[in-house]
Amino acid sequence: MIINHPLLGPRDAAEFVYLGDASLMNRPEWKGEEASDEQTEKTLDAYHDYLYIRENKAGEHKELWYHEQGDRSWLIVTRNTITHGISKVELARDIAVANQAKGESKK
Amino acid sequence: MSQVNRLNSGNVHTAINREKTVSFKFNGQTFQGYEGDTLASALLANGQVLVGRSFKYHRPRGIFTAGSEEPNALVHLRAGAHQEPNARATVAELFNGLVATSQNHRGPLKYDLMAINDLMSPFLSAGFYYKTFMWPKVFWEKLYEPVIRHAAGLGEISKLDDPDIYDKGFLHCDILIIGAGPTGIAAALAAGQAGSRVILADEDFQMGGRLNSETYEVAGVSGSQWASDAIATLEAMDNVRLLKRTTIVGTYDHGIYSAVERKTDHLLQSDGKPRQVLWKIYSKHAILSAGAIERPITFPNNDRPGVMMAGAVRSYVNRWDVTPGQAVSVFTNNDDGWRTATDLAEKGIKIAAVVDTRSIEPLAKFPGAHIEMGTQVVDTTGRHGLKTIILSNGKIIDTDCLAVSGGWNPNVHLSCHHRGIPTWNTDLHAFVPGNDLPAEMYVAGAANGDLSLATAMQSGHAIANKLAKALGHKGRVKACAKAEDESTANSDFWFVKTDTKARSWVDFQNDVTSKDIVLAQQEGFNSVEHVKRYTTLGMATDQGKTSNLPAMAVMADNAGKTIPELGTTIFRPPYTPVSISTWAGRSRGKEFRPTRLTPSHQYAEKQGAEFVEVGAWMRAQWTPKPGETHWRQTVDREVTQTRNSVGMCDVSTLGKIDIQGKDAGEFLNRIYCNTFSTLKVGMVRYGLMLREDGIAMDDGTTARLTETQYVMTTTTANAVNVFRHMEFCRQCLWPDLDVHLISATEQFAQYSVAGPNARKLLQKVVDKEHDISNEGFPFMACGEISVCGGTPARLFRISFSGELAYEIAVPTRYGVAMMEALMEAGKEFDSVVYGTEALGVMRIEKGHAAGNELNGQTTAHNLGMGRMVSKKKDSIGNMLSERPEMVQDDANRLVGFTPVDKSKSLNAGMHFVTIGNEPNTENDEGWMTSVAFSPSLGHSVGIGYIKRGHERMGEKVTAFNALQNNTIEVEIVSAHFIDPKGERLRV
Repeated sequence: MIINHPLLGPRDAAEFVYLGDASLMNRPEWKGEEASDEQTEKTLDAYHDYLYIRENKAGEHKELWYHEQGDRSWLIVTRNTITHGISKVELARDIAVANQAKGESKK
Repeated sequence: MSQVNRLNSGNVHTAINREKTVSFKFNGQTFQGYEGDTLASALLANGQVLVGRSFKYHRPRGIFTAGSEEPNALVHLRAGAHQEPNARATVAELFNGLVATSQNHRGPLKYDLMAINDLMSPFLSAGFYYKTFMWPKVFWEKLYEPVIRHAAGLGEISKLDDPDIYDKGFLHCDILIIGAGPTGIAAALAAGQAGSRVILADEDFQMGGRLNSETYEVAGVSGSQWASDAIATLEAMDNVRLLKRTTIVGTYDHGIYSAVERKTDHLLQSDGKPRQVLWKIYSKHAILSAGAIERPITFPNNDRPGVMMAGAVRSYVNRWDVTPGQAVSVFTNNDDGWRTATDLAEKGIKIAAVVDTRSIEPLAKFPGAHIEMGTQVVDTTGRHGLKTIILSNGKIIDTDCLAVSGGWNPNVHLSCHHRGIPTWNTDLHAFVPGNDLPAEMYVAGAANGDLSLATAMQSGHAIANKLAKALGHKGRVKACAKAEDESTANSDFWFVKTDTKARSWVDFQNDVTSKDIVLAQQEGFNSVEHVKRYTTLGMATDQGKTSNLPAMAVMADNAGKTIPELGTTIFRPPYTPVSISTWAGRSRGKEFRPTRLTPSHQYAEKQGAEFVEVGAWMRAQWTPKPGETHWRQTVDREVTQTRNSVGMCDVSTLGKIDIQGKDAGEFLNRIYCNTFSTLKVGMVRYGLMLREDGIAMDDGTTARLTETQYVMTTTTANAVNVFRHMEFCRQCLWPDLDVHLISATEQFAQYSVAGPNARKLLQKVVDKEHDISNEGFPFMACGEISVCGGTPARLFRISFSGELAYEIAVPTRYGVAMMEALMEAGKEFDSVVYGTEALGVMRIEKGHAAGNELNGQTTAHNLGMGRMVSKKKDSIGNMLSERPEMVQDDANRLVGFTPVDKSKSLNAGMHFVTIGNEPNTENDEGWMTSVAFSPSLGHSVGIGYIKRGHERMGEKVTAFNALQNNTIEVEIVSAHFIDPKGERLRV
């Protein structure tokens, strides 16, 4: 497999380490120091789903790859699990920054 | 007498060099051949028709094909450690001194004692493994399996280390062309002329494919002449790389192909060069021009030596000037089969008969030959070689070679490696590549169903031209060479139906007959995949290249279906067998993975240390002194010297991560379960890292060197994982934090200096301006200092051993010098360098957790560190470690254990039960994680997990060793066997 690194160009998959579903980026917010029991329960549920529940898609799948034998970038690779075709490769940090900005604007 | 079947036809296009005679041995007998021969062509030239025994029934078998699809002619090639089993004689290039032996027989090849199996065949039918040898059960392992294993099978391995070198390499190209037959050469010429970077690969040692085996003309000259001229033209192009003797074995993602190049297989000695190279080829586009493979017609007793593929017979005659027989017959259902008869007749070989299943006008006449139209071969005779064929019209014809042609199958293999399904072509009666090809693969020529020479070459030329243009390569491409356009008329006659008991072989290599297939279907195996596995059809080295379609024809007929309705089996890499050595390449023995040496390695080596592998690291385990006869003596001494005075240990293998930025403290708060932002500059703190699920991930100390710089240590084993995890957190979870990480593991040599005299020793090497007194540099202090007159260093006052201890770090290049300086300074204190074993003893005596305790099953609560998990901040694992199941009152707790009878020793892995209870899973209360003999206490000590351990001090329990089935009484004690109040650390 070849992953087209957004900064470094096409690279062999052997340079990368695979982590899994890109939903691991969406870590739930902490319950806070003074959380009620109800709030704690809700947060625990959110963490449970975050850590253990995955969609098992046949088709386009966003996943995390780490360029360990390279520049140490974490990447989000959009890979078709049926054909292995890769349609998009993004720097995970860019997505994380964008997500944070979205979260801030909601507040 | 030699080479009785070698022709003297004046064939100028033969590929053999009659000037160069080559001598070789087969089953101990010396034969002669010529340069350019394969082992198969040379054996045939010498009249050696019988070359092996079949897999199950030990039937005599001869050479069947002239290519890599060969099911029968498998031999041991070379001898001794170089011996290679299951080598196909049809592709083994002949060289002077080659040694080959036949496989799978006991006694001489001609009188194989195991041939009795053939008479036992009623008991060895499809699935006999599952039926005949079922009962009684114990007989399977003890009797049946060894007997069957001994009787069946193919070649034998040498059981010696492979003495040859194998390499791996990487190649890049615009267009990879797979197969250098007429199509591939036409494609390579077009792409090469356009200016594309081309790789043209072919498994044969002579490029040209079928052109070398046929008498067709191309561009007014013989096909083989045109091919060798074209190859010379390609060779002269800088942008074209020719890989002969190279098989493309697999199609992988994104234009990657794997290829095996046989570099020195055709030489007597490799002379230090790699024998084979496994290439990983990166291509923008690939053209599959792998040609077609001829398929047989199935008929009774069709497996006798002398029955061969018609195209192969033609190859032996045209390419190698060898006739496989003196009176050759042809059995065909298509026009191409006739070509064998005409080519042979032209060279003066006697044609005994042409038998065509079609009731059409004969395509040719041959003097003295029977021409039988609308007729079939219904049986054969000849024990060790074909003698006669019996026809459906009752005629019996004397013949010693039967050339069989059932039509040609496009070689779709590599087009199906991504689960592409080939589609059925009703004109060819064969599968052709479907529409779901691997990305950027194009199929040309016979592989795509363009069977005639002219159409094949044109398709290769056109596809290459188009791809090169699309890549923007604008070189002038010449027109495709003109070639003959022969008839490819054929029919769908698959197998001869008879009422006799005679068996018709479908898969020669696995001894599967048409009856086996019908039986499998009767027993309910309907899917092709199931029949394949039940009968072993299409398995082993040839993967059914000649047998799959004939078998499917039998299946379809029996099921009343068409072949495409049955579907196909799945093609997987490799295309042809690849030896394990080739896959391994240089990654063997010591080179299996890199070895990491510690900065003090040279020093330890000089002292005679024993080393131990710790991951990829080599660490000094202990260093024996003269007179010490047991490792325990050495380790006990190292511990005692350290605890009594001072000892040094190389701890550079621990991961070191430099963390910088104004948010470094906040970042560490979130990485560790305890707080780091409050750590004062110049101080060190122990940190526990959790996984998000609340399980302990790693631990270590982190020092704050400045307001914005921390240095973390991780365990040796987790250095890589922790760094990866931290980069994930930094980039993916908290990109807003101003923090940067870099691994500094290899940049520093770090030594622990431990023992009551540690400070006195260090004061001799640390430059005077740095105050390291107890007041100036208290327990858990850290700082940047200099040693030995200006060498930059870092000093950390931390202790794993429980003694007054420091860790000193210097740039790696000073590693050996620093250790020597420490030992020189330590002479007056009787200092010692201790190894990993003493390190382990001391940390167990002190009750420190390590890998055995942080085993991926334990929580902070189990470790007795539950209160370290801060509830005042967010950190990885903070939430889920609060789950009720993670903090139960009766959870396992880490405590110490001593044997009640102090003379007894403990074993790690022992399980605990309450005294009087049966040692079983139900009563299990925990386990011992680490044990050591404590020289300080004079008896064995252990640490481990036991339910509510912290509340059970003084209680005695049973420790059970399930491996040796013994028990021992132990007492639960504090894990801190040494200095429980920690006074030694602070003096």
